[in-house]
Amino acid sequence: MLDKQLLAEKAAQIRIDLLEMIYNAGMGHTGSSLSNTDILTTLYYSVMNVNPNEPNWEDRDRFVLSKGHAVESYYCILADLGFIDKDELTTFCQYQSRLIGHPNNKVPGVEMNTGALGHGLSVAVGMAKAAKMDKRDYRVFVLMGDGEQAEGSIWEASMSAAHFGLDNLIGIIDRNRLQITGSTEEVMALEPLAEKWKSFGWQVVEVDGHDFQQLRETLSSIPVEKGRPTLVVANTVKGKGVSFSENNPTWHHHVPSEDELNRAIQELKPFAGADNNG
Amino acid sequence: MAKIANKAAICDKLIELAGIDRDILVLTSDSRGSASMSKFASEIPEQFVEVGIAEQNLVGIAAGLAASGKKPYIASYAAFLSMRSIEQIKVDVAYSNTNVKIIGISGGLSYGPLGMSHHALQDIAVMRAIPNIKVIMPADRHESKKMIETLVQIDDPVYIRVGRNPVEDVYDGNCNFQIGKAVTIMDGSDITIIACGRFVRTAIDSAVELKKQGISCRVINMHTIKPLDTQVIIKAAVETEHIITLEEHSVNGGLGSAVAEVVVQNQPVPMKIIAIPDEPAISGKPEEVYEYYGLSASAVVKETKKLLKTSG
Repeated sequence: MLDKQLLAEKAAQIRIDLLEMIYNAGMGHTGSSLSNTDILTTLYYSVMNVNPNEPNWEDRDRFVLSKGHAVESYYCILADLGFIDKDELTTFCQYQSRLIGHPNNKVPGVEMNTGALGHGLSVAVGMAKAAKMDKRDYRVFVLMGDGEQAEGSIWEASMSAAHFGLDNLIGIIDRNRLQITGSTEEVMALEPLAEKWKSFGWQVVEVDGHDFQQLRETLSSIPVEKGRPTLVVANTVKGKGVSFSENNPTWHHHVPSEDELNRAIQELKPFAGADNNG
Repeated sequence: MAKIANKAAICDKLIELAGIDRDILVLTSDSRGSASMSKFASEIPEQFVEVGIAEQNLVGIAAGLAASGKKPYIASYAAFLSMRSIEQIKVDVAYSNTNVKIIGISGGLSYGPLGMSHHALQDIAVMRAIPNIKVIMPADRHESKKMIETLVQIDDPVYIRVGRNPVEDVYDGNCNFQIGKAVTIMDGSDITIIACGRFVRTAIDSAVELKKQGISCRVINMHTIKPLDTQVIIKAAVETEHIITLEEHSVNGGLGSAVAEVVVQNQPVPMKIIAIPDEPAISGKPEEVYEYYGLSASAVVKETKKLLKTSG
């Protein structure tokens, strides 16, 4: 379990890794992955019980990336933790690679194939329900996009999670307020988002999605209320960590040029711990 | 002759097996009554999950349960499962390779009077186009039970289509069921009728009548539409030189299309596909609609003679 400072260093390193991976591949969802990097880093390095040596361990905490396009940070974290070899990251989106552009459960550590939006929460409900049936203690974390909230199936799943009393289920919304076309509120207004989830029977907590202390404290102290699922609205910045990609919708799947990559790494390196300063 | 709906036979068998294997679950979407699963729900409530009228969520939840070691059997309307939740079936079940068994109830024209929204005449075409999912349509209660006994032993995604109404027996108690292995019910040398589901019975009745008229007819029960038993089709094409298919499905993409794909690439012979034409089917009681579209023994006899004559 890493402390706040080490989490920040780890997240900066993951950002460098994912930018290099996207640059090498010539494709990727750069802004989306930078947006969720801090949430995933907190989950994988200080909240979830997982074991890279035994990825299918029965009592592991489950993670489902419902916003499957933001897969780059996920793969980089799985590689850093040793679920896969770090060298494999160079195969991202390449011919016949298993590191395809959306989560692939042939990759150790990936639970489900996602990518079509609005699927992950239902799957997570099934996983959490199975834990209840088997009287197991694992938790199920599912990360959704904010643009994804327009999918009707999210609300089918939301209703059922509360109905089943799944307090072992934690939904997280990467609330960066941007989708591919522009502002979420202009494309299809979501607000009042927290109230919508509350009215569906969830406990709702809002956090700064880049504040490691808040993220860790919130995600570790779930369930907030016994018998109810928890929804964490993580307020984030799309493209976070690189000055020229932040809050820029064109970076949703923009691939950095060599110059942009170098400048981004220069910005991130000072934050990226001793291992990465060399 | 006993007339029992296949779904009722499936429920009885699942109750029996779920008592042995506690990971077997049944999931419905406000469909337990229509699916004949009320008995399962009341006898084994701890292995029953009701998700309400939400087919997308139904399939997603089943996939999540399966990914966690459960063995879910979905029982919901074929018309909605094969359309409303098809993306969940494609991604969460077939692509993710989760052990979900999907039972499409009230298939075909079961809801004949209720119109196109409730007709399930495209489900086989849709499922057949998705990789990594098997497609099965059992003929009677005996085959339905054998099918379930087989399905609990495999971890693969499977779509099963059954009708709402009781069907006449095709088999006595002893039938063999192997996924992907068609059953030759009657042998014959002039023509082969290939059918699935409740129309296997119609195919047999047609063959009996044709025999009286001096035409030797082979009848094949193609209970598994995917993976298809290509060998039995090629053999029929070689040996009987004429093939008729019979199904309660759109003429586009169903059993007839599947058989034609094999025939045309291996042993082209004259074929007739008897199915529902590419139009919103008329409404009416199932038997009336079958009759209207030529899904009856008398119509099959007529088509057989026409095919033999025109090709002879």
